[in-house]
Amino acid sequence: MEKRLYELKPGEAGYVKRIEGEGQIRRRIFDMGVTPGVEIRMRKAAPLGDPLEVTLRGYELTLRKREAAQVTMEVE
Amino acid sequence: MLQFALAGNPNSGKTTLFNALTGSTAHVGNWPGVTVDKREGVYRKGKERAAIVDLPGIYSLTPYTPEEEVTRGYVLEGQADCIVNIVDATNLERNLYLTTQLLELDTPLVVALNRMDVIRKGGGALRAEELEKKLGVPVVGISALKGEGLHLLMERAIAAARKKREAVTKVSEFCLGQAIERVRACVRQEGGRHDLFLAIKILEGDRLAEKFPQARRAAQECLASGGKQEPPVDAEASIADARYRYITETFSGEVCKAQGRGLRGKSDAADRVLTHRIWGIPIFLLILFSVFHLTFSEDFLYLNALFGIGRSVETGNGFLDGFLGAVYGESGIAAPGAILFNWMGAACDGIGGRIAAGLEAAGAAPWAQGLVNEGIWTGLSGVLSFIPQILFLFLLISILEDSGYMARVAFILDRAFRKFGLSGRAFIPMIMGFGCSVPAAVNTRTLADEKERIMTNRVIPFFTCGAKAPILAAVCGALAAQYTGVNAEIIVFALYLFGMAMAVLTVLIMRRTGMRGEVSPFIMELPAFHTPQARALFVHLWDKLKHYLKKAFTIIVASAIVLWFLSNFDWRWQYVGIEQSILYDVGTFIQWICTPMGFGLQLGGFGWVFVVAAVTGLIAKENVIATFYVLAPAIGALLPGWDNGEDGIGAVFALMQATGIGWQALLAFTVFNMLTVPCFAAAATVRAELPKGTFKYTLAFWMITSYVTAACVYLLLSAWWTAFPIAALLALFFGATSIRNRANVAKSQRAKALK
Repeated sequence: MEKRLYELKPGEAGYVKRIEGEGQIRRRIFDMGVTPGVEIRMRKAAPLGDPLEVTLRGYELTLRKREAAQVTMEVE
Repeated sequence: MLQFALAGNPNSGKTTLFNALTGSTAHVGNWPGVTVDKREGVYRKGKERAAIVDLPGIYSLTPYTPEEEVTRGYVLEGQADCIVNIVDATNLERNLYLTTQLLELDTPLVVALNRMDVIRKGGGALRAEELEKKLGVPVVGISALKGEGLHLLMERAIAAARKKREAVTKVSEFCLGQAIERVRACVRQEGGRHDLFLAIKILEGDRLAEKFPQARRAAQECLASGGKQEPPVDAEASIADARYRYITETFSGEVCKAQGRGLRGKSDAADRVLTHRIWGIPIFLLILFSVFHLTFSEDFLYLNALFGIGRSVETGNGFLDGFLGAVYGESGIAAPGAILFNWMGAACDGIGGRIAAGLEAAGAAPWAQGLVNEGIWTGLSGVLSFIPQILFLFLLISILEDSGYMARVAFILDRAFRKFGLSGRAFIPMIMGFGCSVPAAVNTRTLADEKERIMTNRVIPFFTCGAKAPILAAVCGALAAQYTGVNAEIIVFALYLFGMAMAVLTVLIMRRTGMRGEVSPFIMELPAFHTPQARALFVHLWDKLKHYLKKAFTIIVASAIVLWFLSNFDWRWQYVGIEQSILYDVGTFIQWICTPMGFGLQLGGFGWVFVVAAVTGLIAKENVIATFYVLAPAIGALLPGWDNGEDGIGAVFALMQATGIGWQALLAFTVFNMLTVPCFAAAATVRAELPKGTFKYTLAFWMITSYVTAACVYLLLSAWWTAFPIAALLALFFGATSIRNRANVAKSQRAKALK
């Protein structure tokens, strides 16, 4: 099933299918290791609901829902 | 001398390695972006000396913030004989991403595999030799913190620097192999160094392409779609993907071996609690309050407030009284920071007494006694007595930084900050502002967006720094002494919060006027929590101590002397009483300006003292209290015990009696000092961080904000009903700007629809 990264529930994991958007932000997302095929696990949302904390490639990354909306995931 | 550049991901331990190699004491912290400018040192421990350059951390050689620009610029154009790439072994996958890019340069490369001690402790079996075989460049396992492997690292780096290295890329195995070769040939024709690296960047559409028109054309041709059905190749995505694919395919074994028994168990647990959905914010507020309570409270455990246990102790032994009185007194048991402060204050008084007695005995001239006692020593001791307490505050903030909590604070607060028009990342320089505005302003370089950088720089001084803390402590202490039922600590805390609230309010106003725009994105690594290292903390404190002492003995002594001369001599250079002095003339001349803030004409005779204090505060904020000290005896505002060790408090109290200034005006005075133009050092730093030629606006911003706010505070406190017109004006402003913004949005939407 296809989902946006921000739609993952805490503890849920999936594989990145594609990354939309353009420019610097997209580039930054790549540089931080969010590339097609990588597994990302949702940790939690911040106390005020945004940003999100996810685990990928053995480290923790935080990004806003808005940026996470650019990432499409494949979730079982 | 050979030159080595340290490059690596943020928070990978570069600065720790730099310090270990050069014996330097640069500041280390546990959040990405501690090092924001390049720094040079010399390695002396080997047979051969070598220059070491520490660069700001980067994730990739495509820069995103100004500080990353520094690194790329140096790597491409600098004179490094060899790049030492620090790779955090506990985070191999992402760290090696930068390595794949550094391999594409022509410069020799050595990989320092850092944090091997952590890997061993976690039961990991990672070996540097295996990585070396796969990467094709020397790899040395080290622990920068423990100083392991550094000698070998430098030996191999020196050997590598002497040899030429062939640039290699791992990208072409996965995609764009032919395109890279074609563009590379063009770059070579156009005479670029690092042709392989440049070819790949040009294919990615990097800014660097501007210098190589031919290569750019070739790249565009390569990427253009073959037929009408096929979309053009997304080189940026394919190249990033290729790098990571290479890493996961080649190093999956190493990544597994590095993990061992799971290194992040404890860190994860800490993270779960500290960023908890419900408890995260209360815990943050509690920590923030504890930091200030531990530093400033005279009634640490509230035993006096609850049970009234406070007594003044008298044993008859002067030394013992001073020692015990600092810990336990009428207001109860003091917090550690307050104890340090009381001790230092008592020590300063003792030394001051000795100096005065010595001069008296030596039969020094009255003016010389005056200069030393009231000019130099009072000014100096006013600053010195605060140093241990401020260092203690620094220690607590450094512990939070070093543990990794600061990055979590940015995470927790981002949503709230975005409402005001900033990203959570901006909170890190702001909270550093509680210590000192100078490093805080430098840190704004880690912010990607220019408007955000400008606004953050402008509001950093509103986060009351260590040098302003004494003003708050002295004023509130004096108020507590004057009025019964006033708790000094609560007012101090309220003033801290007021400064933060002003930061929020002014950012909101800026976002609605000159700084309109979207909040920049927030994509940040959350580093693993770790126990702060005593050595790193010590180094940081030592650095700060040196900074303060230097400031105290130079700029502050100098301004205290000048001030003393101005307040004791007249225009014809005669030694006179203060009421004929130069300072009196100047002070009374500009006194009227401060009338709306309550410390102008209404104070009559001695009101100018506050005006002068505020002006000297522009040089260094420590001067405000130092000025009180110099001027209080000069205007004869001597009360029994005005100089009894409770620094500043006695001086302010004496001035209150002499000038008749009310609490309203005194608080307005404090607010003015909190919000106005910061000290020389901070103003100069902010100027350097801002885009060229815009500092004058920031200067005007500080002056107008402080003047208007202090006037409002004075009005509000003098007559509570003025809250209504002030609130109405603010509401009018926000209402009007909202309507205008909505109109603008509608207009742009219409314009889009028409297209």
